[in-house]
Amino acid sequence: MLRVYLEVIRIRFLMMLAYRVYYYSGVINYSLNIGVYYFLWNAVYGGATSLNGMTAVQMATYIAVTWMSRAFYFNNLDYEIAAEIREGQVAVQLIRPYQYLLVKAAESLGEGLFRLLLFSAPGLIIVSLVLPIQLPSFGSVWMKFALSLFLGFLINVQVNLLIGVLTFFFLNNQGLLRAKRVLVDLLSGVVIPIPFYPEWAQAILSFLPFQAISYLPSITLVKGLDGESFIQAIGIQLIWVLVLCLPILVLWAIAKKRMTVQGG
Amino acid sequence: MLSLVSLFLEYLKQYIKTRLVYRWDFLAQFISDLLFQAVNLIFILVIFSHTTQLKGWTQGEVIFIYGYFLIPWAFFASFFNIWTFNDRYIIRGELDRILTRPVHSLLQVLMENMTPESLLGVINGIVVMIWGMSALEIEWAWYDLLLMILFIFGGVAVYGGINILLMSISLYTDSKNDIQPIIFNIGNYGRYPVNIYHRLIQIVLTWILPFAFVGFYPASFLLDQQAWRELAFLTPLVGLSVLLIGIVCWNRGIRHYRGAGN
Repeated sequence: MLRVYLEVIRIRFLMMLAYRVYYYSGVINYSLNIGVYYFLWNAVYGGATSLNGMTAVQMATYIAVTWMSRAFYFNNLDYEIAAEIREGQVAVQLIRPYQYLLVKAAESLGEGLFRLLLFSAPGLIIVSLVLPIQLPSFGSVWMKFALSLFLGFLINVQVNLLIGVLTFFFLNNQGLLRAKRVLVDLLSGVVIPIPFYPEWAQAILSFLPFQAISYLPSITLVKGLDGESFIQAIGIQLIWVLVLCLPILVLWAIAKKRMTVQGG
Repeated sequence: MLSLVSLFLEYLKQYIKTRLVYRWDFLAQFISDLLFQAVNLIFILVIFSHTTQLKGWTQGEVIFIYGYFLIPWAFFASFFNIWTFNDRYIIRGELDRILTRPVHSLLQVLMENMTPESLLGVINGIVVMIWGMSALEIEWAWYDLLLMILFIFGGVAVYGGINILLMSISLYTDSKNDIQPIIFNIGNYGRYPVNIYHRLIQIVLTWILPFAFVGFYPASFLLDQQAWRELAFLTPLVGLSVLLIGIVCWNRGIRHYRGAGN
C-alpha cells in the first residue's frame, strides 16, 4: 500500500518538473517579497542592533528562511479538493483503492520536494549572496531545522485538508479559501515574527496551530535552538500533528455520508 | 463616442446579471479583500509598535500612503486587472472572436473582464487615509483635491499601461507566462516610502517600472513633503506615457497575432 503513495509522490514530482518554467517566476516572486520585508524591517531597526531578542542580521535571516520555507510547504491542496468536489471528480477518486486524503497529502509532498530542491535551496543560496544574512554552518542545527520544517509541512497539509473537506459543507467556499490563505501568512509568522506581536496576541497565537507551520522551524534555524527549547518546539509541533487528525477524520466521515445525498 | 458609452452600459448590464446569479461570491470577495487590507494595516501597526519612525516617516504618514495607494488600485482592479488573459484569450483562442467585431480589441477585452464592484475599494482607501490623517496636521489647499484626482488617474494609467504591455507579450507567444504576479509584487513596493529601499530599487520604481507614482510620490505631496514634489507633479505625465506605450504595443501585437491553432 505504501508503494502506491510513493508512486503518487514520484509522479507529482515529475509533473512539477514538466511545468518548471512556471516556477522560475515563483523564485522571482519570493525574492521580491523577501526584498520588501527586508527593507521594511531594516528601516524599523534603524540604528538599533537588537529588538525583542532578535538582532538585525537574525531578522534578515529569519525573513529569508521563512519565505524559502514557505516555498516548500505552500500548496493549493484546499483549492484542489474544493475544485474536485465542485466538479464531481471526487466521486471517481473515492471508488479507487486508496485513501483519498492520503493521496492528496502524498501529492503535496511530491510538489513540496520539487520546490525544496529546485526552489528553496537555490533561492536561499542566491538570497544569502545578495542580502547580509547569516546562515549557520552545516551541522546538527540543519538536521533539527529539517525535522521541524517537515513537521511544519505536515501541519500545513493538515490545515489545508481540513479547509478542503470543510468545503463539502459550504456551497460557496472561495471566500473561505482566500481568507484562510491570507490569515495563515499573518498568523504563522511569515509576515511578522511571533515575538513582535503584542503580548495578548502572542497568547492567542500560542493556542493556534499556525506558528508551528512557519515560526517554529525558522526560529530553530535562525537562533539555533537546542536542548530544552528545541524539544519544546518539536513537542508543540507533534501535538498539533496529532490533534489536527481528529477534526479531519470526523469531518471526512460526515462528508462522505453527505456526498451520497449530493449524488442524488 | 456615444455608441461606446452605450456599449459600456450594455457590458455593465450583462455583468451585473451574471454577478446576481452568484451574489454570495460578491460578498465573499469583498470580505476577503477587506481582510487582505486589514492584514497590511496590522503589519504597519505592529512595526510601529517597535519604532516611532520609518526612515523619517511616522505611523500616520505610512497609513495615509497605504490608504491613498488603495484608491488607484481599486480603479485598476475594476478595469484593468486581467489575470487570465493568456489562458482565456490566447490558449483557448477567444481573441479570435474579439477580432471579428467592429470595436477596438483592447476595449472589448477590458470591458469583458471588468469587475466594477472593486471600486468599493475607493471607500476603504478614503477611510484609511482619514484614519492616517487623524494623527497628522495636513493643510489641504483648495486645489489639492483636484490634484489628487489627477494623480489618481496617473497612477491608474501606470498600472493599466504596464498590464496592457504584459498582455501584449502574450500576443507574440502562446506559451504560458507568469509575469503578472511578478509585476503585482513589484507594485507592492510602491505603497511604502521609497526612501527605505536601496538606491537601485528607487531608480527602478521611478524610471523603469514607475510604481512609485501609483502610491508614494503623489501621497508624499499630499502629506506636504517637499522632497518629492517635482516627481509628484510628473505623475499624470508618467501615467499617460506608460499607458500610451502599452496601447502602442497592444496594437502592434494584434497585427502580429496569428492565433494558437494552425
